[in-house]
Amino acid sequence: MSTNSLHSLWTTAAEEPGAIPTPHIEYAELSPTLIVIGAALIGIVIEAFVPRKHRYTAQLLVAVTALASAFAAVVGLAVSGRGSGESKIAAMGAIAVDGPALFLQGTILLVGLISALIFAERRLDPVAHGKQVDSFAAQAAAAPGGEAEREAVRAGYTTTEVYPLVLFAIGGMLVFPAANDLLTLFIALEVFSFPLYVMCALARRNRLMSQEAAVKYFLLGAFSSAFMLFGVALLYGYSGAIDYAGIARVISGTEPTTNATLAQTTGNDALLLIGAAMVLLGMLFKVGAVPFHMWTPDVYQGAPTPVTGFMAAATKVAAFGALLRLLYVVLPGLRWDWEPVMWGVAILTMLGGAVLALTQTDIKRLLAYSSVAHAGFILAGVIATSEDGVSSVLFYLAAYSFVTLGAFAVVTLVRDAGGEATHLSKWAGLGRRSPLVAAVFAVFLLAFAGIPLTSGFTGKFAVFKAAAESGAGALVVVGVVSSAIAAFFYIRVIVLMFFQEPKADGPSVAVPSLLTTAAIGVGVAVTVVLGVAPQYFLDLAGQAGVFVR
Amino acid sequence: MSFPLLTVTAAVPAVGAIATAAVPAARRTAAKWLALAASLLTLVLAAVVLVRFDPGGDRYQLTESHAWISDFGVRYELGVDGIGAVLMALTALLIPFVILAGWHDPDAAEERAASDRRWRPTQGFFALILAVEAMVIISFLATDVFLFYIFFEAMLIPLYFLIGGFGDRAHSQGEEEGSRQRSYAAVKFLLYNLAGGLIMLAAVIGLYAVTADQLGEGTFSLQAIADARAAGELDMATNTERLLFLGFFFAFAIKAPLWPLHTWLPNAMGESTAPVAVLITAVVDKVGTFAMLRFCLGLFPGASEWATPVVIVLALVSIIYGALLAVGQRDIKRLIAYASISHFGFIVLGVFAMTSQGHSGATLYMVNHGISTAVLMLVAGFLISRRGSRLIADYGGVQKVAPVLAGTFLVGGLATLSLPGLAPFVSEFLVLVGTFSRYPAAGVVATVAIVLAALYVLVLYQRTMTGEVKDSVKHMPDLRPRELAVVTPLIALLILLGVFPKPLTEIVNPAVEHTLSDVEKHDPAPDVEAAK
Repeated sequence: MSTNSLHSLWTTAAEEPGAIPTPHIEYAELSPTLIVIGAALIGIVIEAFVPRKHRYTAQLLVAVTALASAFAAVVGLAVSGRGSGESKIAAMGAIAVDGPALFLQGTILLVGLISALIFAERRLDPVAHGKQVDSFAAQAAAAPGGEAEREAVRAGYTTTEVYPLVLFAIGGMLVFPAANDLLTLFIALEVFSFPLYVMCALARRNRLMSQEAAVKYFLLGAFSSAFMLFGVALLYGYSGAIDYAGIARVISGTEPTTNATLAQTTGNDALLLIGAAMVLLGMLFKVGAVPFHMWTPDVYQGAPTPVTGFMAAATKVAAFGALLRLLYVVLPGLRWDWEPVMWGVAILTMLGGAVLALTQTDIKRLLAYSSVAHAGFILAGVIATSEDGVSSVLFYLAAYSFVTLGAFAVVTLVRDAGGEATHLSKWAGLGRRSPLVAAVFAVFLLAFAGIPLTSGFTGKFAVFKAAAESGAGALVVVGVVSSAIAAFFYIRVIVLMFFQEPKADGPSVAVPSLLTTAAIGVGVAVTVVLGVAPQYFLDLAGQAGVFVR
Repeated sequence: MSFPLLTVTAAVPAVGAIATAAVPAARRTAAKWLALAASLLTLVLAAVVLVRFDPGGDRYQLTESHAWISDFGVRYELGVDGIGAVLMALTALLIPFVILAGWHDPDAAEERAASDRRWRPTQGFFALILAVEAMVIISFLATDVFLFYIFFEAMLIPLYFLIGGFGDRAHSQGEEEGSRQRSYAAVKFLLYNLAGGLIMLAAVIGLYAVTADQLGEGTFSLQAIADARAAGELDMATNTERLLFLGFFFAFAIKAPLWPLHTWLPNAMGESTAPVAVLITAVVDKVGTFAMLRFCLGLFPGASEWATPVVIVLALVSIIYGALLAVGQRDIKRLIAYASISHFGFIVLGVFAMTSQGHSGATLYMVNHGISTAVLMLVAGFLISRRGSRLIADYGGVQKVAPVLAGTFLVGGLATLSLPGLAPFVSEFLVLVGTFSRYPAAGVVATVAIVLAALYVLVLYQRTMTGEVKDSVKHMPDLRPRELAVVTPLIALLILLGVFPKPLTEIVNPAVEHTLSDVEKHDPAPDVEAAK
């Protein structure tokens, strides 16, 4: 390790056997990820050995305990100063433990915790053959409509595998924004993507649509991963390094080259530009930015709604975190090249998401396009390239996650005979039928629309302020224009709920158990608190605005 | 720390709103009385503020200042100046009458919801009115731009539900069509105002960027910005100032509403119940013209002067266009809406004439227009609720069956056309004098509208109240005690302020001087040479 700074966790493996040093791992710094992955492994063991009737309780217990203790570990690290003064790079350069990483990990863990509660809801679906069931398929492997499926339903099976899956996904998401070299980044991406593909296919109702969504997501996701991996290879060819700091040094010219075998390609700008573009493409796919947003509506609509909520919130947090680190740590030297491109992407994403959402007739597709528009607003903060920009994005992500989770949780409650009633026409008069649920959903919609006194407004103000201060006034103007367009369709849903007569055969609102109630309650509380008294959380995000290099 | 009188004044209706909303479904009447009590308590507190306010004292009085969101440079800062004081008093004064006049407004919604006990329209209606009152009062008192902005935007939501959720019992085209048009009006109202608000948001952020750039720390405090400007630390580039001005002005012009951004008002006023229409035009829209005076002129004096010619032309178009369209209306409520657009033109004209008479006139105009429109609109609402139609053609000869109703309607109408002796005359006269002294041509054009006003008011009265008694109004009852209790005090006030406006002008004038010194304008000296 001493001779060559290039060596990292990954490249030591290429050395002669005798020269491989014992890797040095900081277990305390990595504890949040280790706890979650460990719990996921325990979950698999439970699936194999615990009798079926105890699995639900055992899995839920393990998942909640793991997520809560991982969150405690993140808080512990932050309190011990890892988030501000004493941030460091752990695991031989593979993982950064700094403010943004800890803030995002904390957010992801909280999102995961609340999602686990929504996953565990068993009051909503009608009791099948004497057993309470959740939103997930009785047996994922059974063909939809086949004899095996009927049998599984009759036996009252539920897919408890979803808990280890979600834990694996969260484990990957924890690493993604903290990854400090390109290979770790890629592996984290795969670790959190694969469980998500599977989870998308697990819906109990509309199973074909759910499986179609999973296949679409998988194919497009695999393409984007391939592009990203190729980009990683090109960047390695350009710099002879895969760790962020090393690539940044070559880009800025402080360290011309290091690796003799790569002397011919090192410093070739074509490799750098194409490679960087491909890696960025992989990230923009995950955040759902235009023109890489095509998968969002289908996947959001087809996936089981609790999974949609988790995916919409947590994936966005993880992917934006990784995008920020990439742009701020690896590519600041390339700023003049990526900035115009990102401007274009941000403008397209804001306007595209808002305009496309206008014509939607399904609430889940509507929320999908709205998430595209929000990705655009967040990109405006990313482009600010300042410490304010980073902390505004962090704050926005936290605020947005809880609104999204809450909104999708409400969607799970509105049901008719065919399961969730997601077509907008069925929501007519919901405010008359169940004023409280409609009012709660209206709060979330108003937060999405960025009405003052909600977290959405504070977040929007923060990112636009950061953008304006860095001279991106035009982006702010495009942002407010798309907000105005977006307001129209959020308001349309409110009109539907409150000002239209309920239909005779309209859906009813299921009464959830404490689990979903708690999740929605947290969503509303966070939305209001971040809207009315956001200072403490802005401070938190502000302190977390510096990347370790 | 002294007693936070201003916060309490704004908090009472807010708490009242929550309490009203929480009243159980079966206790509808209790909710009404609770709302009325909260609005009366607010009125008492507003009166205390007026009494404690010293016209000769500091510019902003009874100030409160607390850190709120320091990351954005936002403070919770309240303070009252003469202009804010009288407008806050107007708000507090009108709301009890709005509540009293709307006593039976939610009944129609209540009937529709009869099957479902969880839906509580009555509680909702009065809670929303109180919520609007709280937010309007905060807007008049906020001396921090961001704080103002938040409530300026947030008040749209309760208003939206008031317009969309509660309409006149009968609609000429049937219940279904009525509900469709109500929802259209509510959405149009919200989208216009939200679009304005979002444009303003860009300007608010711009203001932060400018102050952060030049002062080292972004601020929204009016006092801090004024101090920095006086000390020469803040000097906006001409173009920046103009862009920011436009962002703010756009939002206020929609709210005011100024031609050509006025089209939401006739829909909103036509479809909502009369008390809600009064709430919109007499109370909420005043925030727009008030904000022009305080924020456009106060923050961007140079740009305001630059924009004056255009704004004056827009105001003149509003005055004439609104009056002409009022003449042509067949719907009573839409007629009053267009008349209001004409009057808002006068207010904007007074604001941008940039003379002391113009500013005092504009401020008094806001108050007087509030009271006179309230009388006219509420009596019109009583009339409409009796016959179930908004169309002028459906009425005739009402004064023979319901003389008191017709009489009060006439007084409201005469106030609207600014008859001398009633309060609006004083303010309209001041605005015209203020305009003549700087822009004589504009003054001449505006004066034409007085003739048009006489036309639309008197023709309205003639068609509905005089002539043969139509069959449909034959058994129309006269004003009931509750309705008289609404109208009588307001008419008394119109007469009182018409013959003795001094208490108001005394409070307003020092504040006007402050605003004029912001824009560095002085009244043009009378040109003695030319007069010879």
